Amino acid sequence: MSEPAKVCDGQGCDNPAVVQLTQVVDNKSTTQYLCKECARAKGISAQPPSSLDVSDFLAQLGESGSSESESVTEPCSFCAMTFDDFRESGRLGCSHCYTSFEPRVRRLLSRIHGAGQHAGKVYLPPDPSSAELDRRIAGLRRSLQHAIEAEDFERAAVLRDLIRDHEAGQR
Amino acid sequence: MTEDYFLIPDFGLDWLDAGGPEADIVLSTRVRLARNLQGHRYVCRASAGDREIVFRTVARAVNRGALPPDTALMRMNELGRRTQQILLERRLVSSELIGEAAPDSGVGVAVSSGNAVSVMINEEDHLRLQCLMSGLRLMEGWNRVDKLDEELGGLLQLAYHHEFGFLTSCPTNVGTGLRASALLHLPGLVLTKEIERALRGITQVGLTTRGLYGEGSEFVGNFFQISNQTTLGQGEEDLLDHLNRVVATVITKEREARQVLTRDAGAITEDKIWRAYGLLRYARALDYVELMNLLSGVRLGVSLKLLPSPPVYWLNRIMIFSQAAHLAEAAGRTLSTEERRAHRAQYVRQALRGESGSTTTDPGV
Repeated sequence: MSEPAKVCDGQGCDNPAVVQLTQVVDNKSTTQYLCKECARAKGISAQPPSSLDVSDFLAQLGESGSSESESVTEPCSFCAMTFDDFRESGRLGCSHCYTSFEPRVRRLLSRIHGAGQHAGKVYLPPDPSSAELDRRIAGLRRSLQHAIEAEDFERAAVLRDLIRDHEAGQR
Repeated sequence: MTEDYFLIPDFGLDWLDAGGPEADIVLSTRVRLARNLQGHRYVCRASAGDREIVFRTVARAVNRGALPPDTALMRMNELGRRTQQILLERRLVSSELIGEAAPDSGVGVAVSSGNAVSVMINEEDHLRLQCLMSGLRLMEGWNRVDKLDEELGGLLQLAYHHEFGFLTSCPTNVGTGLRASALLHLPGLVLTKEIERALRGITQVGLTTRGLYGEGSEFVGNFFQISNQTTLGQGEEDLLDHLNRVVATVITKEREARQVLTRDAGAITEDKIWRAYGLLRYARALDYVELMNLLSGVRLGVSLKLLPSPPVYWLNRIMIFSQAAHLAEAAGRTLSTEERRAHRAQYVRQALRGESGSTTTDPGV
């Protein structure tokens, strides 16, 4: 037996409710049940928030970012995703999309994260080039410095070993 | 390598043991990394064949020792629906992984409960590495998941860009791919009506709060999940440090609020706690949300030492084992809503009675 379906709380509306809207104002919580149409009239989307966040964000971004002449971007050459597909779904289709839509992605990332440059762990691929190894060692040194400052000596020891291993591999 | 979740040591429930720091307030810490394989379409653009190739590539890496030997590797579509839901209720997989009606092909999870790590395969990203532990242990969680990342990254060619970092399907995860969270029980801040201010403060310092079941879920049982919001521009340690500091502050505020409650409303608080305990002990039908709210009262009572028992570990288990799929598993059949409410109440009564009489009675499956 399932719970009885709720009817929309919108004025004069008998549609089944699909949205539960809980608002907290001055520590008082009120709950309304709304159908899709009444929810939309209140500016609420019945989409789950996970997909709402990014695609809404993207829609706004498209409008404000149109000052530069970036008319129609070519679809991604690897996965054939278009920027409109991305705008709708909020998901990129492959790693190549990052370069296919680079100027827009760059602007988007700086809006989302307030930054554009990765400052975390440096990836070391299975067969690294010497440049990749250098970048990796520099990244590990940054983490080591952090571990020492945080007095996390266990981690510092692990990082020192890693640096030593990589340096030995370079010779 | 096992292929059956019943063979996972402790069935992937290690994180319930309440053995971590601040476990009376922090139920669990989760640290996850999003990773993708270079040269393969992301899951949102992948065909069944693409997913299969990714699954096999990852499975090979798992078999070559990227995960410890106790690892159970499971394909979701080879498990029954109830088993899939049990894994979800144990927080070992996400609802996205098991799908609304059924999981996609080529989707799976590798779980090693020995060191509390798991890898979801073909969820939103090709790989979602996670570590789930009891109490507040962000750095420890990071160290474990980082080690796993090193092992996998040494065997698989990951998608990485020198400027954008680790590339992910959703741009909100790009860079470190790190999402770390702590699940906090905050009845003190709720009852003293300080919670809104606390949540606002958390948002203002660049963190996010969610309900018990992550993104889009409601706040149930006074549980709040606090996590980092941004993933690019700061190193992993800095992101974790910041989160750790904020969570520590929230814990302090929660403890202060509990002191205020016992000082200014001691009798009312004690009465509420014992009422919650009484209802759980004698109710004949319970909704999950009602149960969670009553358990919240009991958890507060145990933490304030107003209730002599049950231990926090027991409360954590009740929370997991009284969910729909766990109850159906125990009953050996599908339950209607009414039956489920009755089974839940019966299970809770037995669990609490068993606990007060003997600590050897397991409220398990």
